Amino acid sequence: MLCQECNKRKASLHFAKIINGEKTEFHICEQCAKEKGEYFPGGNSFSIHQLLSGLLHFEQPVKAEAQEIKPSCEKCGMTYEQFTKVGRFGCANCYKSFETKLDPILKRVHSGNYAHAGKLPERIGGGIQLQRQIESLKTELKSLIDQEEFEKAAELRDEIRLLEKQKNEQKEG
Amino acid sequence: MSLQQFISEALSPWMKKDGPDSDIVLSSRIRLARNLEEYKFPLLASMEESYATAKHIGEALTQEEYSQIGSLEILRIDDMKANEKRVLVEKHLISPNLADQSKHGAVLLDKDEAVSIMVNEEDHIRIQCLLPGFQLGNGLEIANQIDDWIEQRLTYAFDEKRGYLTSCPTNVGTGLRASVMMHLPALAMTQQLNRILPAINQLGLVVRGIYGEGSEALGNLFQISNQLTLGKSEEDIVEDLRGVVLQLIQQERSARESLLDQSRLQLEDRVHRSFGILAHSRMIESKEATQRLSNVRLGIDLGLIKGLSGNILNELMILTQPGFLQQYAGEVLSPEQRDERRATLIRERLKLEEETNE
Repeated sequence: MLCQECNKRKASLHFAKIINGEKTEFHICEQCAKEKGEYFPGGNSFSIHQLLSGLLHFEQPVKAEAQEIKPSCEKCGMTYEQFTKVGRFGCANCYKSFETKLDPILKRVHSGNYAHAGKLPERIGGGIQLQRQIESLKTELKSLIDQEEFEKAAELRDEIRLLEKQKNEQKEG
Repeated sequence: MSLQQFISEALSPWMKKDGPDSDIVLSSRIRLARNLEEYKFPLLASMEESYATAKHIGEALTQEEYSQIGSLEILRIDDMKANEKRVLVEKHLISPNLADQSKHGAVLLDKDEAVSIMVNEEDHIRIQCLLPGFQLGNGLEIANQIDDWIEQRLTYAFDEKRGYLTSCPTNVGTGLRASVMMHLPALAMTQQLNRILPAINQLGLVVRGIYGEGSEALGNLFQISNQLTLGKSEEDIVEDLRGVVLQLIQQERSARESLLDQSRLQLEDRVHRSFGILAHSRMIESKEATQRLSNVRLGIDLGLIKGLSGNILNELMILTQPGFLQQYAGEVLSPEQRDERRATLIRERLKLEEETNE
């Protein structure tokens, strides 16, 4: 097999990357691997972004109608088209700017998930943390009422009120 | 400089410690990707903007000591010589990307070199925690504490729905990449990996190995990490990986036992042949060295070779990389010179071990 980089020498490094069952193979000769830096694999030669940008291109509708207003991020100026090429965002605000297009992309990359379910930052996420806590208590409250455990439910209701008060104070403060 | 001195200075302190299941899991790594709210991501940031980001982060994180790990030392990529960068890459403390392509890149290191915080890599901040052996849970805990400490000082780009915002959509959410480096020679020899690895991929985990000719990965070393960062909690992500790694450890152990049972002679031959080559060769390429070291390490783990410490594979895998060889030599080396130096270093290292045992 010939090296896919130079097409001259015999490929001696075979590198396969499998992401969610999709296999991409690279076959290159040692010389080209060395030129790519001693760090192969994991260097920049075959990055996840190139693979990802393949996914994103796939995402673009094959529309012949030109002159469609191209969305771009007002903060960093990155256009959606640019994003599909490099596979990376320009700033945090890009997530807002391209919000409407994001769900399908994220679902594809993260096996159907599109919303965060992990850690919340302590300081700036305090309000969200309270909100999550309140919501989980409310579900609990509902099941207590269903089970006609009214005494416990009353206690829980007071607890929720307290938390909501805290949350409002946080907002004002 | 004596070899002993070079080794003790070259290896990160954490590498010399023992970890759980370290006969199979060489190291565990946790990485958290974070960005600052008001700054453009490194991809689009200009030189000036990158400088401002690095300055802001550097100042916020070096002003006071972090009680758990002590003070952090900040190293600027632009201040380093080419080989110094290379050595940090070979130690896995910085990425090749940070070394070669970053604008005003920097790294903050603790004295154990177990924690490294990269600045201006693909994301503004990448917290990395490296531990010996199999201790992902521990790593996550340490990384989380550092993350909390940083969050008190800097305002992260965080969105309620999407989580921690990262430059690449493959990292968004938790920003967490958990990985282990595993040595799986017996599973490779018995051709079982061909069956196991595709199954692992189906679980949303990624397996990386460097493939030489044939199907055996170079040195039988595999890195296994999570692919998903969104939609699951950090604990669940780590737990899922942990479960699979535990399975692999068990399978590797039983494959080793059955190899000893059924093909002891062939195994002994392979192990001792490799040892002979390492102990006597005058020139050796890194590929061959890695494979021979893997065999010797297996021999040590199975008690076929006595009087050698099991750490030798991890240690020599790191020390025989080009950057370290050049650092030891104190000059730039051609590939052939490196092969010669590599052989010498391995021979001397093995001799050192004999001497300490006498």
